[in-house]
Amino acid sequence: MYKLLLSWRYLKSRYIALASIVSVTLGVATLIVVNSVMAGFSDEMHKRLHGILSDIVIRSHDLNGLPDPEWHMDEIRQLAGDDIEAMTAAIQIPAMINFRDNIQGQWITQPITLIGIDHQTYSGVSDFSEYLLHPDNREQLDFLLKENDYGRGKKDRFPVSGWARRRVSAEWEQKAVEAPSDSEGIDAADVPASPFPLVDDSGVEGQGATIAGLDGQLSGVPDSTGDLGVPGVPFQSSNEPEIVFDPASEQHTGIVLGISICSVRGRDADGEVMDYYFALPGDDVKVTFPNTGQPPKAVSDSFTIVDFYESEMSEYDSSFAFVPLAKLQDLRGMVDVQSGVKSVSTIQLKLKEGADLNVVRDKLQARFPIQQFGYQIQTWRDMQGPLLAAVQLETTILNILLFLIIAVAGFGILATFFMIVVEKTRDVGILKSLGAPSSGVMSIFLGYGLSLGTVGSGVGLVLGLLFVKHINTIAGWIEGVTGQEVFDPTVYYFNQIPVIVNPLTCVWVVIGAIAIAVIASILPARKAAKLHPVEALRYE
Amino acid sequence: MSSAYELAIEHPAESSMDQKNQLHPRLLKSPVVLKATGVTKSYRKGKVEVPVLKGVDIEVLEGEFQAIVGASGSGKSTFLHLLATLDKPDDGEIYFEDNRIDNLPAASRDILRNRYIGMIFQFYHLLPELTALENVLMPVMIHHGFMSYMLQRRKFRKRAKELLDLVGLSHRLKHRPREMSGGEMQRVAIARSLMANPRLLLADEPTGNLDRAAGEEIMEIIHELNSAYDVTIVMVTHDLSIAAQADRTVRLAEGRVESVSFQS
Repeated sequence: MYKLLLSWRYLKSRYIALASIVSVTLGVATLIVVNSVMAGFSDEMHKRLHGILSDIVIRSHDLNGLPDPEWHMDEIRQLAGDDIEAMTAAIQIPAMINFRDNIQGQWITQPITLIGIDHQTYSGVSDFSEYLLHPDNREQLDFLLKENDYGRGKKDRFPVSGWARRRVSAEWEQKAVEAPSDSEGIDAADVPASPFPLVDDSGVEGQGATIAGLDGQLSGVPDSTGDLGVPGVPFQSSNEPEIVFDPASEQHTGIVLGISICSVRGRDADGEVMDYYFALPGDDVKVTFPNTGQPPKAVSDSFTIVDFYESEMSEYDSSFAFVPLAKLQDLRGMVDVQSGVKSVSTIQLKLKEGADLNVVRDKLQARFPIQQFGYQIQTWRDMQGPLLAAVQLETTILNILLFLIIAVAGFGILATFFMIVVEKTRDVGILKSLGAPSSGVMSIFLGYGLSLGTVGSGVGLVLGLLFVKHINTIAGWIEGVTGQEVFDPTVYYFNQIPVIVNPLTCVWVVIGAIAIAVIASILPARKAAKLHPVEALRYE
Repeated sequence: MSSAYELAIEHPAESSMDQKNQLHPRLLKSPVVLKATGVTKSYRKGKVEVPVLKGVDIEVLEGEFQAIVGASGSGKSTFLHLLATLDKPDDGEIYFEDNRIDNLPAASRDILRNRYIGMIFQFYHLLPELTALENVLMPVMIHHGFMSYMLQRRKFRKRAKELLDLVGLSHRLKHRPREMSGGEMQRVAIARSLMANPRLLLADEPTGNLDRAAGEEIMEIIHELNSAYDVTIVMVTHDLSIAAQADRTVRLAEGRVESVSFQS
């Protein structure tokens, strides 16, 4: 009983000891904040990584792909049909994109990863469609240019795009062509493109909004390549019928571009975060990629941007471009000449909730041994393994460092407690003279350490949680005071700092901090317990 | 709680007749409560051994008020600490109610101090963080565990209040030691020493730090305890006028009993 009472009274009357645990408080608060922010970041990252990657990817080592995807998919279905929710075939190849920057009017070339997707099934294996800017495309992508309304429900402001933009663009283009050297010596090509990029007419495709759809059999091109029988070289034909392409009402094959391929994020004069777009949905681009020839030759075609893709993973946003699978197969010539079966380069699977990725992967690896097929079969975790591991390592190291800070605080407690024991020497003598056993005296100081640790880490917990809850507000204040942006949305793709509070982490942090406080009080408590009562009573 | 001490046999020894004859008649039939024989104690200062007690014998009867006097450095406080089992003698034996206590294990000595022997000190030795009432309750708090204490709390608090009333401090229950005068603190210390209803009260110069008036008040209380409540008291003092009020006065000099005198 006396132990509790005295621990409590010492706690109430010794503010210096409370000061010594401020470091514990701060350590606990920091640990909680850091863990929450790291968990938030890594969760966002997981979501985004996984969002675009399907659960399991079977990838041919050869760019020319795995032949007969239907047979593969049947095999896979037989093997792991119970676990599979969706499956799609796709082509993934390196490519170059070339478009006219509508700010400076210069041509821009960038490397991209061109992905041919079957838009009917592709959204089934990943969260791909959620990241599209046009609300209708989010429902179902059809690679057709929409009238306008891009970014609705996603972005507060977005420039006029789609047909609305394309018509204006075409009109301006028309004028530029009709009045070539209007102003002396200045060629039409020198006139800044903004907001009207030049349109190339080498590949004619569709009839814009009047065409019902472009799925599967993309009219025109398959026929022409079929006739010619030379795969992958679509423009060699000289007897191709001359089609007049009207950019105001027609579009090329649709392409969905990662938003960072043709935009940069920066600040306007007022310091507001702004996105600058070099090209927008409705503009045309040229894409160059290798065909299946030996050696491969560069093939290029025009595409019309029909949407942007914004996953907020800069790696993906700055390199991925999606086009219809069939179109890409035709352009590259990925067709078996004898059977007419088209090949793909990857098959992507989405598994049912709760299915074990690694088990399915192992099954597939057993069915398609690497010696025989040369396929890479990986789960999304395998693919992003190094990145995920790096984040994990970072979190672990931060935790160790911060716990060392609390350990330093432990030495502070140790020193303070020794002083308190010296100060309380007479009290120890009194208690012993009243018959308190040494163990009782020791537990007073251990209890004191325990309560200090509890108070310290409790306050730290509350502070940490409050900080996490209002972290964005706090970041705003710090910005206001220092003028330095704490969390720069031009660098990170989040508008807010993501946080996830893991209750288990909090519990462990608090337990660890209390343990350190108690451990630090053991030595002083032992010292107190060993004091000789007579000497302690005489102590002045 | 059973202990080595509590298993003691109760055979009060006969005191030597010649001394008993000179004691107050009320004590003639009293058994011996405390007895020390040939107690020696020395302290080491570096390599030099400084003998403090060189063989002290005393005997205290139940209900007796005994004073131990001597000049500073005569070893009287040391002797009292040995009697209270706060320290161990180098040689010699100490008996409490016929049980040897100087060689008891620490746990038994703790119980002895907690429940059978009360102590008051020159510098009061109250715990500064606690109120007067809590200080008085301290012995029973040490005795009882949390549950046991909480269950009997009302009873304990009642007794503590009665004791503070006895020493005339019923109006200062909630005061901390530093808000009280020396006399008041000493009275709280007396109430605390009585809390466990001990059979022996050891007082180490209880008036040594007080002015005359306060000292007299304390002595009055001590006398009242001895006469009205039959508390056995051994008091160390250097004040001969106080010692003169005792039933028996043992004079220590140079670590030995120089003389024993009785109240006439």
